[in-house]
Amino acid sequence: MSNIDPTIKKALLLGSGALKIGEAGEFDYSGSQALKALKEEGVETILINPNIATVQTSDGVADHIYFLPVTPYFVEEVIKKERPDSILLAFGGQTALNCGVELYESGVLEKYGVRVLGTPVRAIMDTEDRELFVEKLNEIDVKTIKSEAVESIDDAIAAAERLGYPVIVRAAYALGGLGSGFCDNRQQLISLTEKALSFSPQVLIEKSLKGWKEVEYEVVRDRFDNCITVCNMENFDPLGIHTGESIVVAPSQTLSNEDYHYLRALAIKIIRHIGIVGECNVQYAFDPESMDYRVIEVNARLSRSSALASKATGYPLAFVAAKLGLGYGLFDLKNSVTKVTSAFFEPALDYVVVKIPRWDLGKFHGVRREIGSSMKSVGEVMAIGRTFEEAIQKGLRMIGQGMHGFTDNRPVKVDDIDDALRNPTDKRIFVISQAMQQGYTVEQIHQLTKIDRWFLSRLHNIFLTNNALRQLDSIGSLPEELLRRAKQQGFSDFQIARAVLKDKMDRPTEALLEVRARRLRLGISPVVKQIDTLAAEYPAQTNYLYLTYNGTENDVRYRHDGRSVIVLGSGAYRIGSSVEFDWCSVNALQTVKAEGWRSVMINYNPETVSTDYDMCDRLYFDELTFERVMDIIELEQPHGVVVSVGGQIPNNLAMKLDAQGVRILGTSARSIDNAEDRHKFSAMLDRIGVDQPRWRELTSFDDINRFIEEVGFPVLVRPSYVLSGAAMNVCSNSDELHRFLLLAANVSKEHPVVVTEFIQNAKEIEFDAVAQEGEIKAYAISEHIEYAGVHSGDATIQFPPQKLYVETMRRIKKVSQKIAKALNISGPFNIQYLAKNNDIKVIECNLRASRSFPFVSKVLKINFIDLATKVMLGLPVERPAKNAFDLDYVGIKASQFSFSRLQGADPVLGVDMSSTGEVGCIGEDTRDAILKAMLAVGLRIPKKGVLLSTGTPKQKADMLESAQKLYKHGFTIYATGGTHRFLSDNGIPAVRVYWPSEADMAPQALQLLHDKEVDLVVNIPKNLTPTELGNGHKIRRAAIDLNISLLTNARLASAFIEAFTSLPIEDIEIKPWNEY
Amino acid sequence: MQQPKKAVLILSDGTRFEGLSFGFEGPTSGEVVFNTAMTGYPESLTDPSYEGQILVTTYPLLGNYGVPPQREKDDVSEYLESDRIHCRAIVAQDYSFDPSHWQADRTLAQWLKDEHIPGIYGIDTRALTKHLRESGSMLGKILIEGHEDVDFYDPNEENLIEKVSTRQVEYHGQGEKTVVLVDCGVKHNIIRCLTRRGVRVVLVPWDYDFTEIPYDGLFISNGPGNPDFAEKTVQNIRKAMELGKPICGICMGNQLLAKAAGAKTYKLKYGHRSHNQPVRRTDNGRCYITSQNHGFAVDTATLPADWEPLFVNMNDQTNEGIRHRSKPFFSAQFHPEASSGPKDTESFFDEFIAML
Repeated sequence: MSNIDPTIKKALLLGSGALKIGEAGEFDYSGSQALKALKEEGVETILINPNIATVQTSDGVADHIYFLPVTPYFVEEVIKKERPDSILLAFGGQTALNCGVELYESGVLEKYGVRVLGTPVRAIMDTEDRELFVEKLNEIDVKTIKSEAVESIDDAIAAAERLGYPVIVRAAYALGGLGSGFCDNRQQLISLTEKALSFSPQVLIEKSLKGWKEVEYEVVRDRFDNCITVCNMENFDPLGIHTGESIVVAPSQTLSNEDYHYLRALAIKIIRHIGIVGECNVQYAFDPESMDYRVIEVNARLSRSSALASKATGYPLAFVAAKLGLGYGLFDLKNSVTKVTSAFFEPALDYVVVKIPRWDLGKFHGVRREIGSSMKSVGEVMAIGRTFEEAIQKGLRMIGQGMHGFTDNRPVKVDDIDDALRNPTDKRIFVISQAMQQGYTVEQIHQLTKIDRWFLSRLHNIFLTNNALRQLDSIGSLPEELLRRAKQQGFSDFQIARAVLKDKMDRPTEALLEVRARRLRLGISPVVKQIDTLAAEYPAQTNYLYLTYNGTENDVRYRHDGRSVIVLGSGAYRIGSSVEFDWCSVNALQTVKAEGWRSVMINYNPETVSTDYDMCDRLYFDELTFERVMDIIELEQPHGVVVSVGGQIPNNLAMKLDAQGVRILGTSARSIDNAEDRHKFSAMLDRIGVDQPRWRELTSFDDINRFIEEVGFPVLVRPSYVLSGAAMNVCSNSDELHRFLLLAANVSKEHPVVVTEFIQNAKEIEFDAVAQEGEIKAYAISEHIEYAGVHSGDATIQFPPQKLYVETMRRIKKVSQKIAKALNISGPFNIQYLAKNNDIKVIECNLRASRSFPFVSKVLKINFIDLATKVMLGLPVERPAKNAFDLDYVGIKASQFSFSRLQGADPVLGVDMSSTGEVGCIGEDTRDAILKAMLAVGLRIPKKGVLLSTGTPKQKADMLESAQKLYKHGFTIYATGGTHRFLSDNGIPAVRVYWPSEADMAPQALQLLHDKEVDLVVNIPKNLTPTELGNGHKIRRAAIDLNISLLTNARLASAFIEAFTSLPIEDIEIKPWNEY
Repeated sequence: MQQPKKAVLILSDGTRFEGLSFGFEGPTSGEVVFNTAMTGYPESLTDPSYEGQILVTTYPLLGNYGVPPQREKDDVSEYLESDRIHCRAIVAQDYSFDPSHWQADRTLAQWLKDEHIPGIYGIDTRALTKHLRESGSMLGKILIEGHEDVDFYDPNEENLIEKVSTRQVEYHGQGEKTVVLVDCGVKHNIIRCLTRRGVRVVLVPWDYDFTEIPYDGLFISNGPGNPDFAEKTVQNIRKAMELGKPICGICMGNQLLAKAAGAKTYKLKYGHRSHNQPVRRTDNGRCYITSQNHGFAVDTATLPADWEPLFVNMNDQTNEGIRHRSKPFFSAQFHPEASSGPKDTESFFDEFIAML
């Protein structure tokens, strides 16, 4: 007899929208799992998620997919149209949960007879509202952090005085600790509370417990009240650092059995009392000197931690939670790894897992580097090992910021070690490494950081081994025992080579190959272990694997039949490489499998679908370094390796693998190099007669000046060695150029700078395609809404293009074919063009899938990755019959920014990418699609006033029509000096407002923002050099901090204003993907 | 740090696992069993049910939080499960030389040295576990570089219960009701769980004829090895059954109660030793995660008609508890007293107390 509820026939699942800091790829994974669970039960599924690059929004995952904003308005429209009987709120992060709660409170769900599956909304609200939450836990005598909910700054001050500083400020109902922070005094409290109040009507002031341990449990409960805790995790960093910013270890390492089960039993007690049905996590602060605890929070939904726990244990939390929502009991379900034992169990790990966040703070101007109670990281990695040392060193390499492990890195710049240990930044672990080198003891570091001595002792072990290696001076003299110990502690061959050779290592590749050769000679090689959820207690045919040096036996018997195809994944999500490459990887795996090969994935990002062991025949959850990929290739002896679907990390391995005789499938490594190497590529373009912007690689200021005399300002400057801030900059005059080169970069023979002419007001065009032996088989041309100068990853992209000359398109196609031929491309590729007056210039060419592949594939409904993979497998591929001219709709891809998380960062767009995610929406015309897309990335249609400061005269002129429209639609226009004059001259009434530098004048622009008189800010910087202290920066930052819609690009602002002034929201088309 | 000595674990089938010594430097032998728990080594080492066994921990890191003080509170060990280590050795992948916990007063290595118990690390415990799983539990010995060899030792051939049981009658706790607790190798937490509930516990040796003394309820403890050695206890339980007073048992207690009822027991291929064993209660369908440590099980098919299974293992459907259909006799194969492991079934003691 089944416990499933037979009346559930059609269910709506809310996604989380664009990836943003605090809400990233983990929800693609959990949503995909939930949809799979529903589908398995024959439930018809509807998905609302504007994130077009996700796996969950792929053909066949849900029955009806809507690329619409996850907001109450749009969800209600979809409910009206589809009439689902149920809704799932727990799989789309805070976005879905908040939207669901609003729909419940406004009675929409009741009105349409939609019931919430899983945890009831009342229970969700009990966990989300701090006061209710504390009350609820008080009922069962569970301790929470003493906090007071306030709704005004005065009340906040009073509360803080009662509790005593330091206090922590938190915004209620906010994802990932948005608007949260520590305050040591009244002044900090006032500024933080004001910001928090702009995100949420309620703000919590609570006593800080800095220095306590932070521990969390993932708990599952079915409707029959059966409970399990699937995993516990311990933060390496003490309380005070957001769990998303912490290094996290699973299972806990420093808890005794008594501690572990005390907190476990509490977690179960809590979720029973709250009434969770499905999955939730309970976070604790735990006293390092007693068994005292506080419950920090309960997330009544799938979370970042639950995705991590699923990957860490092999227990598919989201899948099980969805089944429980349908009415099943845990006892009805089977362990999806063993297939025979029960899903009612708690995984036993026989390995240790370390999660490390990935920050990209270097991409932003003015951002604070300190990490704290609010999340700033953009991605994460998970490393698996059989010692802590092994796992953490793997992890430190995986984060991909040029680090080789705990030791042997280029030193980070630290002025004052004590201070840097006390006030953690994104570099804190490397500061610990430097402190050890300078003789700090574990105890001293513990006192300064409050990191548990256990973790520090383990890091110290690594340090000691590094010291031992440093005593040697040749690789040939490496003793077997030391080499083995180093490998067991996670040292890479590179690290060992560097420790031994020190500054004599001129040829790193040769050196690490020498280490490799030596250890293979000594029989030191890693073994493959399975993750089987039961620590080998039961036999399991699991394909979920990792490599370790702490073992003597492989769990896998290799057949060496040459039927494996290895697909290299994308690694940690970061700015510039994110869920789109996961979609590409998953699609490549699917095609590999469908064509009868054994699909093998290597990736280490726990937020992804590609690291779901159901997605391939073998999953190696491990590093994407040359060393590790070679280890796996030696084990697998594959047919070949796909390097072109996982973004830049695998692409960069092509040459090295090729040099070892590994078969790279598709385009040859040599061609990849010819496209990647600026000189070779440029020479090739000259040879085949293709135009490109003039550029030169220069090593002195004189040379730079001479070149600029030739091409004129502005120029794009790319230093090869960056001291601080972003790597690329556009300089409009010699002042800017010198400031940038003196302050931010280093120019020398060893560190050349690439200077490129910058063409203003040019269109930028993306060409995504698949070729076979140099012949283009399928292509998509899309145009940027913004003029060139905005990084293609930040730009708003339209496909098919609506405003390109046919002539331009024809030229692009022709030139692309020439390039494809010249590089003999077989597989996916992308070329970026500049176009002005039908002149086109090539700016970049990548012989791999690009960020826009899922977008164009889904809008065009031709799967480019499927085609590309077939090409790489050597299968014949037909040109699809359809092309972009046949489409009677438009797709818009818009970028999601996370500036609100990045305190101090200037929210302005430039040549370096700063967006964290994207959406792709389809509409009947540009207006329809752009409105959906902009609303989906969090902009709101203004209701009251718009503040305009529109930059240069040219930009002002570009914005004139939009200003007129705003005026006609009854918006109050506020404008700063120059813009005000320009509008008046053109007969548009506006209220003159003043810059922060005009402090004695009124009204002040900033005041209007604080008073919420303005609900849209259009602030166009005059040039492309960001400054940290200017007026524009202050206005833009205030808009972000006060949660007011902000646009900084004239072309995009015009498009958005045109859309919302001509298309009322009620007229936005509500149509699923398959109806376009 | 002194250079650790080489050590080797040799199984009775000749398989060798080489590692390093971190405990007492001397040879030992016993039955090799694995436990998949991720915490709880101080409790496991002192659990008398491990008498004669070499414990392999599948969780690779061992010793992280040191060892709590070895002291008594209310006549029982405060943090441990008996007054000494019962395992013959412990085997792990990796050992923490620098533990960290506010309660720790020495390292695991020091404790092992103090109690003359070898410890070995650097062993592929996953490979070892798979080997034991496929071949069944096996005898093994640990030899340390520079020390003598020893013979294999099979603990199943001797009466381990007799070895670990108390020699004299002990009294614990205060209360109106008296519970006779038969010590077949009792974990101290069973005593704590009972006295905490306000009963007076009379702890008696495994072969003691408790029917001679007045009591309100009978409790049969856990214990090591083969239940067939405890025939004397079974005889006494049979007598107690005639008295009709409540009888409860845990682990070995479950097997002895079953035998007294007339059922049979058998040896499992590799036993259940972990913190994550799912069991389901037959009368209400409730599911529990339990702590387990047993190598033998009750054969449900041999239960007489007036008995029924009370709990079933959800993974392999083996018996996890029995009860009489009309009389107040019931028992669990798992460990409601946990320690180590989850405490989800501690209410089992409440059920017993309520019957008194």
